[in-house]
Amino acid sequence: MNWFQEWALTLAIFLPAVGLAIILLIPKAEETAAKVVALVTTLATLGVGIGVIADFNFDASSRLQFTANEPWIDVIHARYHLGVDGIALPLLILSMFVTVLCVIYSWNHFPEPHNPKAFLALILLLEVGMNGTFLAEDLILFFIFFEIVLLPMFFMIGVWGGPNREYASIKFFLFTLFGSALMLLGFLALFFLEGTFQIPLLTAKGGINIVRITQNLIFAGLFLGFAIKVPMFPFHTWLPDAHTEAPTVGSVLLAAILLKLGVYGFIRIALPILPKAAHDWAPWIGLLAVIGIIYGALCCLAQTDMKRLIAFSSVSHMGFVMLGVATLTTFGINAAIFGMVAHGLITGMLFFIAGTMQHTYGTREMSRLGGLLKQAPKMGWILGFTVMASLGLPGLAGFWGEFPAVLSAYSPAHQVMGLFGGNADVTFRIFMVVAAVGTVLAAGYLLWMYQRVAFGEPTPEFADAHIHDVSIYEWIAWAPMLIGILVLGIYPDIIFSVTDPTVTRLTQLIGR
Amino acid sequence: MLDYAWIIPVIPAVSFALILFFGKKMPRQGSEIGIISVLATFVLSCVAAVEWIQRVNDAAGKEGMGVLSAFGKGFILHGGEHEAVVAPVIHSVTWWQNGGIKFSVGTQIDGLAVMMLFVVTLISLLVHIYSTAYMHGDVRYTYFYAALSLFTASMLTLIVAENTLQLVVGWELVGLCSFMLIGHWWEEKENTNAAMKAFLTTRTGDIGLMIGVIVTFFAAGQTFNIVGINHAALNVRGGHTIWLVGASCLLIGIIGKSGQFPLHTWLPDAMAGPTPVSALIHAATMVVAGVYLGARVYSVFWEGFSISAGGMNPMAVIGAITIIIGAGLAFVQDDIKKVLAYSTISQLGYMVMGLGVGAWTGAVFHLFTHAFFKALLFLGAGSVSHSGSHHSFDMKKDMGGLRKYMPITFITFMIGSLALAGVFPLAGFWSKDEILATAGQGGFEIFTVVGLIGAVLTAAYMTRCIWLTFFGEYRGHGHPHESPRPITGPLVVLAGFSIVAGLANASAFGIEEFAKYVEPRVAFPPVLTPDFDLTLAAVSFALVILSLGIASVFWLDRKELRALKGLTDRNVAAKTAHHFLENKYYLDRLYEGKIVAGIKGPVANAAYWVNQHVIDGVVNLAGKGTTGLGRLVYRFVDQDGIDGAVNGIANETGQAGGLMTYIQTGRVQRYALILFGSVGFLALALVIFN
Repeated sequence: MNWFQEWALTLAIFLPAVGLAIILLIPKAEETAAKVVALVTTLATLGVGIGVIADFNFDASSRLQFTANEPWIDVIHARYHLGVDGIALPLLILSMFVTVLCVIYSWNHFPEPHNPKAFLALILLLEVGMNGTFLAEDLILFFIFFEIVLLPMFFMIGVWGGPNREYASIKFFLFTLFGSALMLLGFLALFFLEGTFQIPLLTAKGGINIVRITQNLIFAGLFLGFAIKVPMFPFHTWLPDAHTEAPTVGSVLLAAILLKLGVYGFIRIALPILPKAAHDWAPWIGLLAVIGIIYGALCCLAQTDMKRLIAFSSVSHMGFVMLGVATLTTFGINAAIFGMVAHGLITGMLFFIAGTMQHTYGTREMSRLGGLLKQAPKMGWILGFTVMASLGLPGLAGFWGEFPAVLSAYSPAHQVMGLFGGNADVTFRIFMVVAAVGTVLAAGYLLWMYQRVAFGEPTPEFADAHIHDVSIYEWIAWAPMLIGILVLGIYPDIIFSVTDPTVTRLTQLIGR
Repeated sequence: MLDYAWIIPVIPAVSFALILFFGKKMPRQGSEIGIISVLATFVLSCVAAVEWIQRVNDAAGKEGMGVLSAFGKGFILHGGEHEAVVAPVIHSVTWWQNGGIKFSVGTQIDGLAVMMLFVVTLISLLVHIYSTAYMHGDVRYTYFYAALSLFTASMLTLIVAENTLQLVVGWELVGLCSFMLIGHWWEEKENTNAAMKAFLTTRTGDIGLMIGVIVTFFAAGQTFNIVGINHAALNVRGGHTIWLVGASCLLIGIIGKSGQFPLHTWLPDAMAGPTPVSALIHAATMVVAGVYLGARVYSVFWEGFSISAGGMNPMAVIGAITIIIGAGLAFVQDDIKKVLAYSTISQLGYMVMGLGVGAWTGAVFHLFTHAFFKALLFLGAGSVSHSGSHHSFDMKKDMGGLRKYMPITFITFMIGSLALAGVFPLAGFWSKDEILATAGQGGFEIFTVVGLIGAVLTAAYMTRCIWLTFFGEYRGHGHPHESPRPITGPLVVLAGFSIVAGLANASAFGIEEFAKYVEPRVAFPPVLTPDFDLTLAAVSFALVILSLGIASVFWLDRKELRALKGLTDRNVAAKTAHHFLENKYYLDRLYEGKIVAGIKGPVANAAYWVNQHVIDGVVNLAGKGTTGLGRLVYRFVDQDGIDGAVNGIANETGQAGGLMTYIQTGRVQRYALILFGSVGFLALALVIFN
């Protein structure tokens, strides 16, 4: 299996690129051929992922495995350096998994102006960027993959999006690009101070040669790049617009994977490479996180559009994830990773449903909807299940991202300071209580949405409409997600046992 | 069975899935799956109970088994007497890990768990049977049984929980089932509102639960283990304050779940659900989850609230207020289920107060007896509406004189009411007396008095309820008749338990079997075992009888008390008080009208306004500013300075319309180009000069 050890990650990134090339060669009219190629490619990529799981040494999950490390751009010392450890693995698998489901869902759901060839090509390009970001161990490589995802998403929103797509797509692109520019400056500064772009080397040094103030400045650049992507309050305003306008599959991928790139950047790059700055920044990140939790939830309550509500709920949920990260503890970061996977499945699922609602009813205005349980009971049940998962019901996946994150805030890492030089414990315990209040608001807006959409009688407008319940394509695309939500909720150790050793080692590095 | 207790919650969980996916295809639409599965859990629970009793008896035979060393000095002999130590039977597997600590999920079976298993499975079984008739022909009959199975599974998970986190899982899942079943008839907005109110109110309490679990987790040295937490609390690990904080937070959780003041307002609304659900979930089992939590981690409260010192503490005070608040509201209800709902609130107050005054055994015993007679009363009310009042619950409009038509329902309802009122020798008498006696002897005298007042009120409002329902002339428009057997059968069984259950701990006769088998022996505080107080018992009994008598006379409309009739219309003070009660102390107006509406309306809208106009305003301004700057640069630098060929391609803003042209105009590419170009240039320069 040596061959696989060396090539698996390269395959994981570039198999979709091969599929993309093949699709481009297929004539536009041959839609089925394009679909089949996309499906086979994404399935093959997922197959590689499963191979990686099978061959992964779980006893040494804190170590980078399947590494590839070749010279790449010698002139700037950038290397083609890939690797996977316990932090990257769950996210990589999530990315591969969700992409397959998106292709299946797309099968007969191509939004206007149709054109499956281009749409599928973009999905595959997106997968290149997503998988690459989770696997890159070189800052330049990371940056390139991180930026690659912008392009397909930009076109996806801009071409297949809703009525306000131009504004949304450009805002999405420029906002993220703005962050990326500062992030890149941070990368360059790291290079000039440490002489390498390689993440493992930088992590090993842990910013020991960089004075605290410089660390903090570099961290600021990285923070902007990652925080915009998460998105953290107050850099989140691109998200509701992008989600509202994006086609269903675009929203699903955006929520399920793209938002995770930012958090992954924090965990993989910002925290371990600049630990001193992380200690200084942690209370502020925590503050923005809890503001985001409450603020996102309040904005949800003000929505009339179902999809926009779900978009704002992402702001709130990612607040829990970032609160966990900000504690710099094993509990918090484990929770953050679990929370990312859970949010990917749950919110992805919510966007699928919102998209299908739009498809069948032609509207997402909640005042016009109602009685889904009556007209399409299966979909009503699925929505109910997902809503419960999203509000953090124990026994489903969402809980395991939320509860340990709140728990971790009780006792942040001891190097962390409080706000304004105060006591860290006091600061974070206030965050803990605020975050706990956020769980009630989450229940509020989600149940409120469910009440308006699913309960009651159908509105007169749709009373006689013939509404299709869940179709076979939707079942195939959704069932794995629903099962995933349930299984992870019942037996969370599937993920915790993989991430925990890596995170434990990571927190030791951050604690330097 | 003690070692394989995990099977008990798994059976109804499997049943839930089976009913959900195959129920509609079954001849009895899935109800048979539910009944068989819950019957199986009931039998297994009985086996577990017998085995536990055997275990305690065995231990009594060969005293001081090896468990003493396993739990160190934290274990305390009951009441200082010499008793054998019986450790709970704990089995667990790894559930998740964090920071190298492995957290387990498993079962902890002891007397308390076994008692609860028995109560929950028995009442669940009776409710399953009852519902075959009561829910017959319902639009969502199968769904109803699926939800009942899920509820049973969740409740059993909560009961056997080995750690607080697992308890939270069960706790939230029973809340979900409550939501599903209150909103069973979700076509009506009223019902879904009630369901949401129940879920959100208990969730508000769950903030306290969540933080309480976290605080006790850290206080006990990073463990969720229930025995570990109790043990740490008894040893006051980490100082008193942290346990006070932990106990206070957990108390908030209890307040939310067990309908305590001031978060009790959801419980009356929850009556929107089908009546069997009210009996099972909102009277006998789910609402006592809070009390169960209190009993489970009792050492936390014992230490946190310094219960052994007597006097006052938040737990006892909340319970006491709830007793009076609930009983007061039960007087002004016309809906029979609402009377019972407020009565439940009041009785839950006894349990919480009992825990607060150190009457662990009394509180748990009251939980045990209350489950039978309150389930009986609810099912009786259901029987009345099913066969007597044409699906109405309005006592004044549609009931009256039903004792002639529904003798079995009437007699069982009477038994339940007398048991609830605390008439000797029925169940409620013994358990209430246990609480009051402990309070009196443990330095909580004032709470004994509150308890007695509560007993007087209880007797009076139940008299009112019975008179309105079963006496006088029939005021409805249906054809009242006795309910069918599946309904009366459970009533008779529960009536039997309502009579005899109190004898399990009839201290007057020297019977203390309940305390012997149910009280934990490991990591359990030295609670007081009260001596039987004949005076107190006699006073309490006399007051109840007096109250019953006066109320009967009043409702019989005898001339002795006729002067009191219509008092609320004539006397300003009485009128104000009545008005105050009718408006439920204005709490609902405060919660729904002010707090919820405030957050949903102005606060949420303000947040969204800030989002759209302030935060996004900055973003858009930045965008526009940059575009403007770009224009200037374009006009004065690009146009004048650089080759015109570039101008041709970069035709400003999409006059041609459509996005592709927009992109081709190159704005985005230009930004990207400038960005990448300048960064690349910078990088290159730095490399060269490095």
